[in-house]
Amino acid sequence: MSDWLAYSFLQRAVVAGLLAAVTCGVLGFFVLLRRLSFLGVGVSHGALGGVALGLVMGVEPVLAAAVFATLVAWSVGWLGEHGNMHEDTAVGVLFSAAMALGVAILSASPEYRGDLFGYLFGNILAVTGADLWLLGSLSVAVLTAVALLFKELLFASYDEEVARASGLPVTALHYFLLGALALTVVVAMRVVGVILVEALLVIPAATAYQWATGYRELLVLAIAFSVFGTLGGLLASYWWNVAAGASIVLVLAAVFTVSVLARRARRT
Amino acid sequence: MNSAPFAIETRALAVRLDGREVLWEIDLAIPPGRFVGIIGPNGAGKTTLLRVFLGLIPPARGEVRIFGYAPREAHRHGIRIGYVPQRPQIDPLFPVSVRDVVAMGRVPRIGWLRWPGREDRRHIERALERVGLAHLAGKRLSELSGGQQQRAFLARALCSEPALLLLDEATTGLDLPAQHDLYSLLQQIRRDLQITVVAVSHDLLELASHADELVCINGTTHVHGNPEFVLHSHKLREAYRCEVDFLAEDRAHHRAAAGAAPEAKR
Repeated sequence: MSDWLAYSFLQRAVVAGLLAAVTCGVLGFFVLLRRLSFLGVGVSHGALGGVALGLVMGVEPVLAAAVFATLVAWSVGWLGEHGNMHEDTAVGVLFSAAMALGVAILSASPEYRGDLFGYLFGNILAVTGADLWLLGSLSVAVLTAVALLFKELLFASYDEEVARASGLPVTALHYFLLGALALTVVVAMRVVGVILVEALLVIPAATAYQWATGYRELLVLAIAFSVFGTLGGLLASYWWNVAAGASIVLVLAAVFTVSVLARRARRT
Repeated sequence: MNSAPFAIETRALAVRLDGREVLWEIDLAIPPGRFVGIIGPNGAGKTTLLRVFLGLIPPARGEVRIFGYAPREAHRHGIRIGYVPQRPQIDPLFPVSVRDVVAMGRVPRIGWLRWPGREDRRHIERALERVGLAHLAGKRLSELSGGQQQRAFLARALCSEPALLLLDEATTGLDLPAQHDLYSLLQQIRRDLQITVVAVSHDLLELASHADELVCINGTTHVHGNPEFVLHSHKLREAYRCEVDFLAEDRAHHRAAAGAAPEAKR
């Protein structure tokens, strides 16, 4: 273990992993409650368009992805509300269009194809000190805002109609959550990549759902499973020399499977 | 306290949904502290009317005032509206306790960037006691019966200290004793808290046994008055487009038999 942490790139990987794990654990709670899993997939894939734009325009790709993913998420929300379609239809349209934009731009710029692989599947071991500051700032901003609005977000997510009737600005809270989700996707993108980011959003909360008896417990367990999966995945990646993003997702999936089976066994 | 003469006042209210006029010429004046039942056949616009009171649907024409304010403005003036929907759009398996659900009703009162204080917790416990669920406060909502769940949603509505309580077919799916208990509870809440209660329901006689006034609508107001008057009005048959006979032994044990007339279909 001490060996493992002796490398500074691994130290940065652990910090980046923890930032992504905690942020995804918290947002995963709302993704589960509001059934936004497909939106998470859409926003994460859509972020690739932002990465591509950032690379060719010379803008920090993480920042470009943050802005682009937020715009995709808000567009989904707007189309779901005003576009005479369900939100999942809007996700299907926008995520494929945004991802196609990313692929088109990068296919026309061969010099960036190497970077593309890192963003698609994650490259946590290549996280720099500057990356950490950026990811840290995004995580702290998202977590602080969610903590300050937690009771309103919980009410609006649990029973939207009654929350709206009570005078809460439910639409504004929904757009806030979509923005927070987009930024969380961008934070996790460096860790597991856009293809696997959904796993970090959904699996820890879905695992926690098997055990939790109250929503506070659900939130704490979602964060705990997310952290466990991330650290466990990083260790497994170090020992067996496999891609870190994929290791993290496989550890999370294993814990989820055990939880579902244990829950069934407990019932019968 | 607001000194407006009416808890709810509508003038020539009309509502359009998907380009179709579903309510028209609704004129109502409900004084504070009354228990009013809104009745009418399926598709009469009862729920729509309630949603207009809540500010969830804007009127196409006319005016609606809640204690003198437009519904969306009422919240900003400190007038809280408690709402118990017909079927809450919730995930029934989401792990929340009864107390957690009731506490959500307090959120608008607590305000932004603040956590519940001692006073808020006291209101939450009092609301639980008022609906008789204090002993089940720590249970998961999904473990409660339908009647108990409705009481939990009623407690959530009461938690915001509403001046107006709106219920949309809150007794749907409850057996007769549970319906009776819920209406008796509403009557008591109205008396104790001096609030206005408006309940939409199909239970004509149970509602008539507990409400001060009934409003019968079917697109527009057909008849409005005390329950005795409304139940015996020919306009009730007009609104329902069928014969309505009441076999009453006493006011607490009414049963209704409605026989559809050939002209019932539009």
